[in-house]
Amino acid sequence: MDISVIVSDALRSGIGPIAAVYALAAMGLNLHFGYTGLLNFGQVGFMLVGGYGLAVTVATWGGPLWLGILAGLASAVVLALLLGLPTLRLRADYLAITTIAAGETLRLFYRSSWAEPVTGGVFGLQRFANEFYALSPIPRGTYGVWLVRFSARDLWVLTVGWTLVAVTGVLLALLVRSPWGRVVRAIREDETAARSLGKNVYACKMQSLVIGGVIGAAAGMLQAIQVQSVNPDSFDPAVTFFLYTLLVLGGAGRILGPVVGSVLFWFVLTFLDSALRQAIDAGYVSPELISTSEVGAVRFALVGLALILLVTFRPQGILGSRKEMLLSGR
Amino acid sequence: MRCQRVFTAALALGLVMLPAVTARARGEDAPRGPVGPAFGGRALQALVDGIQFGVIIAITAVGLSLVFGTIHLINFAHGEFVTVGATFAFFLNASPAGPGWHLIPAAVAAVALGALLGAAVDRGVWRPLRARGTGLINLFIVTIGLSLLLRHIVLVLYGTRPGSYAQYDIQSAIGLGPVGITPRDLTVTVLAVLVLLGVAVLLQRTRTGTAVRAVSANRDLAEASGIDVRRVVLFVWMLGGGLAALGGVFFGLVETVTWDMGFKLLLMMFAGIILGGLGSAYGAMAGSLVIGVVAQMSTLWFPVDLQYAWALLVLIVVLLVRPQGILGRAERVG
Repeated sequence: MDISVIVSDALRSGIGPIAAVYALAAMGLNLHFGYTGLLNFGQVGFMLVGGYGLAVTVATWGGPLWLGILAGLASAVVLALLLGLPTLRLRADYLAITTIAAGETLRLFYRSSWAEPVTGGVFGLQRFANEFYALSPIPRGTYGVWLVRFSARDLWVLTVGWTLVAVTGVLLALLVRSPWGRVVRAIREDETAARSLGKNVYACKMQSLVIGGVIGAAAGMLQAIQVQSVNPDSFDPAVTFFLYTLLVLGGAGRILGPVVGSVLFWFVLTFLDSALRQAIDAGYVSPELISTSEVGAVRFALVGLALILLVTFRPQGILGSRKEMLLSGR
Repeated sequence: MRCQRVFTAALALGLVMLPAVTARARGEDAPRGPVGPAFGGRALQALVDGIQFGVIIAITAVGLSLVFGTIHLINFAHGEFVTVGATFAFFLNASPAGPGWHLIPAAVAAVALGALLGAAVDRGVWRPLRARGTGLINLFIVTIGLSLLLRHIVLVLYGTRPGSYAQYDIQSAIGLGPVGITPRDLTVTVLAVLVLLGVAVLLQRTRTGTAVRAVSANRDLAEASGIDVRRVVLFVWMLGGGLAALGGVFFGLVETVTWDMGFKLLLMMFAGIILGGLGSAYGAMAGSLVIGVVAQMSTLWFPVDLQYAWALLVLIVVLLVRPQGILGRAERVG
């Protein structure tokens, strides 16, 4: 077993583009769940429409990149309105059911043979972000310190990604400290009280859903750009559950919660993954027990277990406040 | 009150029949319809398939709805009860590593395991968390984590390959006029209907069933009148787990056994129980039947791989028009 390879893998993943994508998506979810108390189990649906909005505009219809980005953001707004209109007047559980169903249905819809001329069906779409990479000011080569090295391409993506995370963080911080943010938090604590003070609870929840969804769509686009491809199966419902795990880990209802959570989550996850694979290769773990191909599944199972334990024993995560996170719903 | 019940039941029946009637109407004016003269026959076939699909969803959905009715928890791990039942029966029945039992004892064992799993979730997860004072929203997230955990344990143990049971695998259909159905599918449908009737009798006629309905209607009042609510809740979890496992075996029998079948069915269950009214057992049955028929009938006009999408459309329309569902009590739900 080579410890330096494991640490290098884990560090690269923890600060790499994928962690930025998840941090961004979790920031949207944080606005929904952490600040407004909306139980959105379909954040991956917003990522999907964002990524596909970009990919379809550029790859299928030959539009420019900026138009693709606008299309992705616009489809997130439409999706949020579609999901919010029927459910936000109802109890929290209805939104949870509708969003989890919508996320999965969108995936089935985009991968269906019927949608294939536009979305590429099961094959997805590729090579639509050349314009983005052409903008890169970083010369070719690899860069890095100590064990961590990135190619110029990855470095460009992760710079843009983390910049986006920082800008979104500042905007969200301003937003939740505004009067609107106070109303939204009041809704999380006690919706009836907020309503009785004359606040338009429905409109505020809808605005929160739209803004968080748009942030999710931006994350979906970043992911699509990062791998230069969109595939319906990379928008699995499990992505949302990963987001919940890292959000609860970092601390819901805190601006930095998703960022800390995402870095830590990907570091630990990749560390375990890499260590397990090496242990199997080196013969420390019998392949009879877990084969290399099953490591992915073991990883998912561990995330599930971590989510259960976190919510049970430390619902406030690393940064949050316990009193805020004892959500009882109605 | 009684009059209203009858009306809603009739409405549910009407909704079940509506696609069939419209389909037949569209079949008659064949030139405008999308397909040729055999359309009426195909519609009837889709209706039969839909009813078969619907009763299987209903079996799995009843438990989900009852759990919600008694403790207001939406168990997102309910789909995994289905998968665990189906794969355990597969292990006992057809797996090379298993004992190679006949499917019937294997199914009985799977149902027992499902009930045990339900009891384990109640005793091991739900009750301790309630005692800790964990909020309801957080409990939803716990069930999501449980779903992820169980599903991927099944994936490690079972693998990604779809499987079929050793018995009743390939059968030729018996023709009944324009409709063909294999003896296996017919048996599954009849058994599923009998099980649903059994659940209804259990809920209406037995003391335990009455207690379940009492707890659903008003937990505090039920507790005050001497009902052991914790035992009722345990019973509901076991009933739900057992039924889900049975539904899994049925679904694995008419389709295939896969590691993610439960999660796919969960979407249909949600659509079914929201259509029928969240928390009502009969609503779950009626709603699931409608969803099954809608999903199958949609294949007459639309691609097969979109059939699950129509369930979601129904779900959203119901939430817009009648959020309490067709059999739900007209109370404030928001």
